[in-house]
Amino acid sequence: MTAPVLALSAVTRRFGEIEVLHGVDLALQAGEVHALIGENGAGKSTIMKILGGFLQPTTGQVLLDGEPAAYRSGPAAEAAGIVVIHQEFNLVPDLSVAANIFLGREITRGPRLDHKAMADAAAALLARLDTPIRPGALIRDLSVPDRQMVEIAKALSRRARVLIMDEPSAALTRREVESLYAQVDRLRAEGVALLFCSHRLDEVARLADRITVLRDGSVVGRAVRGEMTEDGMATAMVGRELSDIFPAKAASFGDELLRVDHLNVAGAVPVRDATLTLRHGEVLGIAGLVGSGRTELAEAIAGLRRSDGRISVRGAPTQIGSPADAARAGIAYLTEDRKEAGLLLDKPLTQNLTLAALGSFGFRIDAAREAAAMADATRDFDIRAASPDMQAGSLSGGNQQKLLLAKTMLTEPRIVIIDEPTRGIDVGTKQQIYRFVRSLAAEGRGVIVISSELPEVMGLADRVLVMRQGRIAGEVAGDAITEENIVRLAMGVAGGAGGAGSTRQDETRKEPA
Amino acid sequence: MTRRIDFHLLGPLVALIGLFILGALLNPAFLAPANLSNVLARSAFIGLIAVGMTFVITQGGLDLSVGSMAAFLAGAMIMVMNWLAPITGENWSTILIGMAAALLGGVLAGWVNGALVTKARIEAFIVTLGTMGIFRSLVTWLADGGTLSLDSGLRGLYRPVYFSGIGWITWPIIVFAAVAILGEWLMRHTRFGRHVEAIGSNDRVARYSAVDVERVRLQTYVLLGALVGLATILYVPRLGSASGSTGVLWELEAIAAVIIGGTALKGGRGRVWGTVVGVLILSLIDNILNLADIVSPYLNGAIQGIIIVLAVVLQREKRPAEV
Repeated sequence: MTAPVLALSAVTRRFGEIEVLHGVDLALQAGEVHALIGENGAGKSTIMKILGGFLQPTTGQVLLDGEPAAYRSGPAAEAAGIVVIHQEFNLVPDLSVAANIFLGREITRGPRLDHKAMADAAAALLARLDTPIRPGALIRDLSVPDRQMVEIAKALSRRARVLIMDEPSAALTRREVESLYAQVDRLRAEGVALLFCSHRLDEVARLADRITVLRDGSVVGRAVRGEMTEDGMATAMVGRELSDIFPAKAASFGDELLRVDHLNVAGAVPVRDATLTLRHGEVLGIAGLVGSGRTELAEAIAGLRRSDGRISVRGAPTQIGSPADAARAGIAYLTEDRKEAGLLLDKPLTQNLTLAALGSFGFRIDAAREAAAMADATRDFDIRAASPDMQAGSLSGGNQQKLLLAKTMLTEPRIVIIDEPTRGIDVGTKQQIYRFVRSLAAEGRGVIVISSELPEVMGLADRVLVMRQGRIAGEVAGDAITEENIVRLAMGVAGGAGGAGSTRQDETRKEPA
Repeated sequence: MTRRIDFHLLGPLVALIGLFILGALLNPAFLAPANLSNVLARSAFIGLIAVGMTFVITQGGLDLSVGSMAAFLAGAMIMVMNWLAPITGENWSTILIGMAAALLGGVLAGWVNGALVTKARIEAFIVTLGTMGIFRSLVTWLADGGTLSLDSGLRGLYRPVYFSGIGWITWPIIVFAAVAILGEWLMRHTRFGRHVEAIGSNDRVARYSAVDVERVRLQTYVLLGALVGLATILYVPRLGSASGSTGVLWELEAIAAVIIGGTALKGGRGRVWGTVVGVLILSLIDNILNLADIVSPYLNGAIQGIIIVLAVVLQREKRPAEV
């Protein structure tokens, strides 16, 4: 084996009193893809930050080409050829794609920026990534997946020797994921050492030549390609067998709880003529590609977007023109964007928990009752936090999601709409969240789950609506909930196969969009 | 960790106490009740406005128009009372109507600012830059470029509202203290205050939490307008007149006090008691420079400027491991 390009040797890291890494060894080889997997809080981010120069080890060493690394900052690491793509984008919204790619390393001709050279180089990079993004487009006008592609293009332009990616595919559509994988393969062939974190185990199996499993700050497993199945990875991460990740589905449902008739929603992805029903005790899944109008539909029902059409709750027509209207009707919406729309990251946990339900804490906010509510939520939703006074932003992703769930449930909604319930969350916490969702339904509430992860929709929902281009393309229930049926509807391939359950194709699908 | 946070919270208070001791050492007259009363009463105008400004800034807004608004309200109030005096007489009912007019005018002016920001969706800076010019020009026009003076009989009746009180604790000081306590309570312990902080921290999160973002924003401007009206009510009996130069730069003093007190200019974190401390710091500097002969009082502005910048530097959150 050749010497590793970049390695950690017996690295520990402490934050105050707490040691979060215990003597980690890790070696990245040129021309190899290395996956780092583990639950939230296992220490993956800390390792990435140490490799990328953003943090220093407390003891142990970072070795670059076998020598102790000299860089002590992100930019210095980048100069040494080590580039990190963070999960949070590092792009300037008001500058163009080309300007972002060359930010800090602008191509100039004399004192003047060489706009054409930069645009051409950016175009070449984007073409390599097989994405239609224009170099002149402003970042603020791009979708989240497009921004991710720009980040990757930016990293490519830096001629990285070591490329470190944190959840690179989390925000990408299926097609973009494929082009990301192609890029990873190409970079590997060029001799770049790659390290990535992912919660998608199929992706790890597909990409990784070498896998390191972390649990609670220690390496608990190492494998090379083919040695570890996806089940094996999950077991190693969690430290126990994960037999049934999804709870049992409901046997029967109550009366109709929510009815949406011919709802139209204006927007970038207009929703047209959406009709759906939800019964007490039911988990309704909404599947479809990113950009098929799922979130727009949910936000309209939650009063966050203007819509026309009829919404009835328990048979009574209900006007929903604002989030407050929706709250009064007992409808709560858990956003997919928990960092920007779900939680106040710079505020304590308690203030986040009670924000949506403050009305029930008296005109003078009763601090004792707030503290009690926080204690209850911490217990009921298993929120792992050092203190209720810590900032929500310093919780791990899984615990943030549990806090968001607790916050939403504090308003005691009858109808809960959850958008991407487990995005960026580890396997163990996913299982917990699935149990919470099912128990909400078991209490007689109606739950709508929107998800891009098909196994999640299939495992969780009693009935699945599939959206395509702003319309409800069809519905599957019972044994007809199969990947094939859902994908057919989502992609607009006619002739969804029937099964023991039912498949319904919406006639409106055939009208021109 | 805890020590750093304590310093953040208590820094302005420590500075205030330091200034107080400095003042006492430099000139014994500083501690005389008459002097302290004077300092506090003069602080009350800016103080009342700054308490309201704390709410506006905390929700992520700004109001540049308050100084001009105060001048306009003072002018309008004087005109109302002068016009009423022959009808209702030189008595307290006339003054009460004038007070009501100032308060109502403040509420209305605040509503206009707030509505332009929330309903017409124009940036607060632009809106209040515009209304700042409008109010200033209106009062100059009402005074025809000169000074509007209150009817002399009414002035005699009204004077004690500024100059007397309970012992040396005059009415402006009492009102300022009451508003400060109420403001702190409103910010810290009510849904309104919590919503104001939430909106300033991230208005999208607030909206998604079924907070009526627009209404709460509008309410902060109305509250500020009402407090400008209240400040005007206390200001008019001091000189009994208003002109185009009344309340000049009050908006900047109020904003400075809010910032010195530890409220974040970008919103999300509001400290009413900090604002009160900020107001007192600014007034004490002015007073000490006037009493002591070390530094020319003409340098007052420069020293206040240094304090503002220093306060923000000291309160800046330490960034995590960023190089």
